[in-house]
Amino acid sequence: MIRTEELLLNVGPQHPSTHGVFRLVVKLDGEVITEATPVIGYLHRGTEKLAESLNYTQIVPYTDRMDYLSAMTNNYVLCHAVETMMGIEVPERAQFLRLIVMELQRVASHLVWWGTYLLDLGALSPFLFAFKEREMIIDLFNELCGARLTYNYMRVGGVKWDAPPGWIDKVRDFIPYMEKQLKEYDRLVSGNEIFLARVKGVGQYDAETAIAYGLSGANLRCTGVKWDLRKDEPYCIYDRFEFDVPVGTNGDCYDRYLVRMEEMRQSLRILKQAVEQFPSSGETMGKVPRAIRPPAGETYVRIESPRGEIGCHIVSKGKAEPYRLKFRRPSFNNLQILPKLLVGETITNLIAILGGVDIVLGEVDC
Amino acid sequence: MSEENKREEGRPAAPEQQEPANTQEVAGSEPAGAGAEHPNQPQPDTMPEHSDGGASGKPAEPSASAPAGEGAGAGAGAAAAADPEREAKIKAAQEARAARLAAKAAAEGGAAGGAAGAGAATGAGAADPEREAKIKAAQEARAARLAAKAAAEGGASGGAAGAGAATGAGAADPEREAKIKAAQEARAARLAAKAAAEGGEAAPAEPKPPSPKQPWLDEAVELLKSEVHPEAVEEAAINALAGDMPTITVKAEHWRAAAELLRDHEKLGCKYIRNVTGVDYETHLEVVYFVLNLETKREYAIKIRTDREQPSVPSATPVWPGANWPEREIYDLLGVDFPGHPDLRRILMPDDWVGHPLRKDYVPLDPEV
Repeated sequence: MIRTEELLLNVGPQHPSTHGVFRLVVKLDGEVITEATPVIGYLHRGTEKLAESLNYTQIVPYTDRMDYLSAMTNNYVLCHAVETMMGIEVPERAQFLRLIVMELQRVASHLVWWGTYLLDLGALSPFLFAFKEREMIIDLFNELCGARLTYNYMRVGGVKWDAPPGWIDKVRDFIPYMEKQLKEYDRLVSGNEIFLARVKGVGQYDAETAIAYGLSGANLRCTGVKWDLRKDEPYCIYDRFEFDVPVGTNGDCYDRYLVRMEEMRQSLRILKQAVEQFPSSGETMGKVPRAIRPPAGETYVRIESPRGEIGCHIVSKGKAEPYRLKFRRPSFNNLQILPKLLVGETITNLIAILGGVDIVLGEVDC
Repeated sequence: MSEENKREEGRPAAPEQQEPANTQEVAGSEPAGAGAEHPNQPQPDTMPEHSDGGASGKPAEPSASAPAGEGAGAGAGAAAAADPEREAKIKAAQEARAARLAAKAAAEGGAAGGAAGAGAATGAGAADPEREAKIKAAQEARAARLAAKAAAEGGASGGAAGAGAATGAGAADPEREAKIKAAQEARAARLAAKAAAEGGEAAPAEPKPPSPKQPWLDEAVELLKSEVHPEAVEEAAINALAGDMPTITVKAEHWRAAAELLRDHEKLGCKYIRNVTGVDYETHLEVVYFVLNLETKREYAIKIRTDREQPSVPSATPVWPGANWPEREIYDLLGVDFPGHPDLRRILMPDDWVGHPLRKDYVPLDPEV
């Protein structure tokens, strides 16, 4: 029996495959991981503390900076929470705009994940494909609200900007293009033998574990648990559209990959319907009191972000600023399972597993 | 409290090295054991302005955990030896709480009423007294809170009074008696206001439809009382502001058993923990667990209140591993101890950080940072 020295390996916080400032302290026995300790907090900005001295409209741009790959869903969850407390009705056109940008955002976010995940695994060209298509979505957002990443687009009661003339048509044109590209992606990667060898059976867990750890999003659905808040606790106007919730069976990195690929197709399917039903005119802001003061009490709302359940817990004392604001960030909760997943795996699988969780550090640290 | 004993065994060695014996750090977390052994010793506190009020802070504990009624009795019985300022403080805090509850009840009633009315115009005449009562209750709550604050500021002198030990009702200084009397009167007035509010609401919003989630709430409360402990549930209500979330306040000492019941009982089966959050209410801290059954979509918000000076809530991580990091986050940012947690360390702030930033009275040690 060959004995090996225990090796302590530090990964990050500055490491291209940690997708941000994430640090992992790994104990190795030869190639096998015996212990993994995630260290986070390098991007902690105290958003929740800052929010206690800001009014609700002022908090919106802070949400952009949590999950910066999915600012639209973050905007939405905050506005949705305040609207829930105050009973504000959002006009039809604003609802459609919100839904369209959130689904475009889901595609854009999954594209970044797809490109960088394959980059992690050593495939360079998919990254170029993914970022080209993502750029088209970002251009659409830029035209809509003047920003590429931090949109600050939604407001309590509606959205800040109406769609400029011709914008909806551009979205309509983008959908078939993206569908075609997804087929190309499948041809390029999904059946690739090297790729399959890197992800099949890697980072596997069952539904029971996923539920116990409070995982959400593709990390939960890859085990076969059909739980998508757009379907199960419908918000916005998701209940008006037809779409499927893809689930996996094996709970490994490959199933997480397949679930996310299918989610992009389903998002395009929702977008197609939304663009057709888009109201030709109407308000983009509902009736909102001049001072936004939710009644005393508390609420917890949650929606399906590209990474899972993003939630917003507000405790209000009837003032313009929240007494306490807490964001449930999916990346933070999903990352908890990492130490358990890594033990017993080889060091070569570390990056494949971490990438498969799909974290955004701005959201982990908040 | 028996909590202290649990804390000692549940606590891993790691946190101790994380937090060197720093006098400021101490308040929310570490020296809980020491504090329990020497209740009369003044304790260091996070807040500089309270630094000499450690002893006065400690005995305030019963008021935070015990329901208002009980506390009032104890307050009246407590004696000449205990300083009147402390007494007044406790009293004021209780009143503030009662007033807030009243306001909340009124607010909830109002919201439900509005929903039932299905429209703004449910008869302006009927709605008005309700609103007035609400406003009044809110004003009173505010006044009570201000009083509590004033008392707290004034009462830093608290000597090493023997905690809750009733030293015989000496019925000493008249000032104190007058104060108590005034407080009682204020309370009676408030109760009347509350009754009026409820009465006013009862007329127009009589057909207040019970929430479809009410049976979930009732069932869980029933089970908690029968299976865990008859006294396990402090409060239970439907939170209309959160999509009719069934919300149950569970006593800290019964939380661990309650958590297991919520997860394992066939009727509840809340195997999924979706969120854990902590709130500093200034009079007490509160940890809220949001649990869910993915199949039946039955969900609960479970609240556990804890004392602000020695906050401790039994960890739910052994029941739901998904509570691990969220509890660490609450420990880090609010200073709540979670006995039974396998790895309670700071998670977002640096390991050597002093204080807990989400506390309402948090002051950075080094403002330059």
